[in-house]
Amino acid sequence: MISKTYTILAPEGMHARPATAMVKLAKQFQSDIFLKYGEKSAKLNSLLAVLALGIKGGASIVVDIDGADEGGAATAFDTFFAANLKDW
Amino acid sequence: MKGIGVSAGIAIGRAWVLRSKVRAGAVLPGDGVLPTDRVLPTDRVLPNDARPVEREIDLYRGAVEQAAASLERLMEQAGDAAEILGVQLELLYDPLWESEVIDRIRRRSPAREAVLGATEQVAGMFLEMEDAYMRERAADIRDMGNRLVRVLDGEAPDVSPGKGEWVVVAEELTPGDTIGLGDGVVGFVTQVGGATSHAAIVARLRGLPAVTGVSLGSVADGDSLVIDGETGVVLVNPSPAELEDYLFKQEAFSERRRLLATLKDREAVTLDGVRIELLANIGSAADMDVSLAQGAEGVGLLRTELLFMDRETLPTEEEQFQFYKRVLLRAAGRPVTIRTLDIGGDKPLPYLGLAPEANPFLGYRAIRICLEQPALFLTQLRAILRASIFGKCRIMFPMIGRVEELRQAKAFVALAQADLRAAGQPFDAAVPVGVMIEIPSAALTADVLAQEADFFSIGTNDLTQYVLAVDRMNEQIAGLYDPYHPAVLRLIREVIGQGHRQGIPVGMCGELAGDPQATELLLRMGLREFSMSAGSIPVVKEIILRSKTL
Repeated sequence: MISKTYTILAPEGMHARPATAMVKLAKQFQSDIFLKYGEKSAKLNSLLAVLALGIKGGASIVVDIDGADEGGAATAFDTFFAANLKDW
Repeated sequence: MKGIGVSAGIAIGRAWVLRSKVRAGAVLPGDGVLPTDRVLPTDRVLPNDARPVEREIDLYRGAVEQAAASLERLMEQAGDAAEILGVQLELLYDPLWESEVIDRIRRRSPAREAVLGATEQVAGMFLEMEDAYMRERAADIRDMGNRLVRVLDGEAPDVSPGKGEWVVVAEELTPGDTIGLGDGVVGFVTQVGGATSHAAIVARLRGLPAVTGVSLGSVADGDSLVIDGETGVVLVNPSPAELEDYLFKQEAFSERRRLLATLKDREAVTLDGVRIELLANIGSAADMDVSLAQGAEGVGLLRTELLFMDRETLPTEEEQFQFYKRVLLRAAGRPVTIRTLDIGGDKPLPYLGLAPEANPFLGYRAIRICLEQPALFLTQLRAILRASIFGKCRIMFPMIGRVEELRQAKAFVALAQADLRAAGQPFDAAVPVGVMIEIPSAALTADVLAQEADFFSIGTNDLTQYVLAVDRMNEQIAGLYDPYHPAVLRLIREVIGQGHRQGIPVGMCGELAGDPQATELLLRMGLREFSMSAGSIPVVKEIILRSKTL
């Protein structure tokens, strides 16, 4: 399993559009991918579950990736957060 | 009737009442949203010999396919709004949503009732969240519920009034509704939804007037309607005289909008040839784009508080650096004035452990905190300085009351520079350091401060409340809060004069700078740099173009 920590830089937190893009990305991989925010956790195949976490601006989130293609998925998430997160 | 104007302009047309299949949430005055009490027949169950469960599940899945296909069609025409629909498309196939519906069907609820029940349940979950943005996501859920129920009722998933000039009347407008309504729509009136609701955002994107907070139970299809998206006025079946009046206002509004739009790229130069700088007050990198679109020539006030609020710990130097860098990059070489942390008793940060105060506006706040907490202040200054190489930035200290505070704050800047030099990190050594003039003692000693500051920016909001001893948050004395009081105006004139005598630039970043009634007066007092909410820039520019400085 690979664990990655990212920071949500947008002061307004994780909005529906970036969350949608993130769920779409996760679905491209076979690995089980979970997002942890504080005590709470959501499987990244559900936009509803991600939104329900209510992730705030400036927060740290952890993405846990477990499965055959976890290496590729981890790289994809790094790229995704580097490219998109700064505007969110 | 009067509601809240959320998208400016006058719309005149016939009422087209959009009837929702699911129930809207109730909105309280202010920003609170309450879930409505649940009286829907959500627990209607199938008799034992009714259609089999599998058939209801198939019905549901068929409805999902139809709704998705209609969303995809809408997305092709939606342009900027397509992303909003993309969120919905994802929700339609969401596993949690699906299990909410399927579980209900398995408990022998018909597909239609299962969708209604799941909609109430999930929308209710969002309505209970503390964040206003998240509460408004309940509208996305109801939008999806509506679309699914329309299909299950054998109707088209989307409805549109067709040709004509229609004012859409609805309890609540969901994003899909707003986008799917077509070209015949000239305005919106809703009961629910604030300025940040999807309906308001889309209305503004399309340049259509919209009013919310109006209960229009008595309006029937085809009634004649006039709405004013600025004042929030709604007229049902107006008299010929009223109609005439609003047709005139409508013409004047479009004329003005056309004129202001042509001014965007025009330099602000007075009739006597003086170039005036028009800047924006912003709080995020996204605001930067909006400001540039309104013709801002830079940022006169970047508030840094947002970065520190709604979180459990201080932002790191790296997080702050990334934020300042992002703003400077988006400014693309235009000047950006960064105000150091301006918090205190009224805007508390729990993790700083500040004690509640009897007089927070006169208390431990802003620069007073920064000078006592070197780690906090140095972190911010290092982050700003590191970002300084990505554009043209200035550092501004809030709540300076005496020259010693300015000297101390400048010593911190020197310390931060030394840290960076030691670490071999590049920064712009020539970043100007200035003072926000908002305390009367600073205004009255502007001549002294000007000798040690690189620039001034007059913060008229706090200056007014301190000069007049009027708390601007206290509604009982709101009438006494008056930036046009001669005492305030004299001080402003004094500060501008003293700054210019010492050869430093003087700007203004309070509300007064964006007040079109003050523009000419301020020009004549010698102000040459105005910083305001981006939306005010075109209006103020239009006045500058026909004013003189003498």
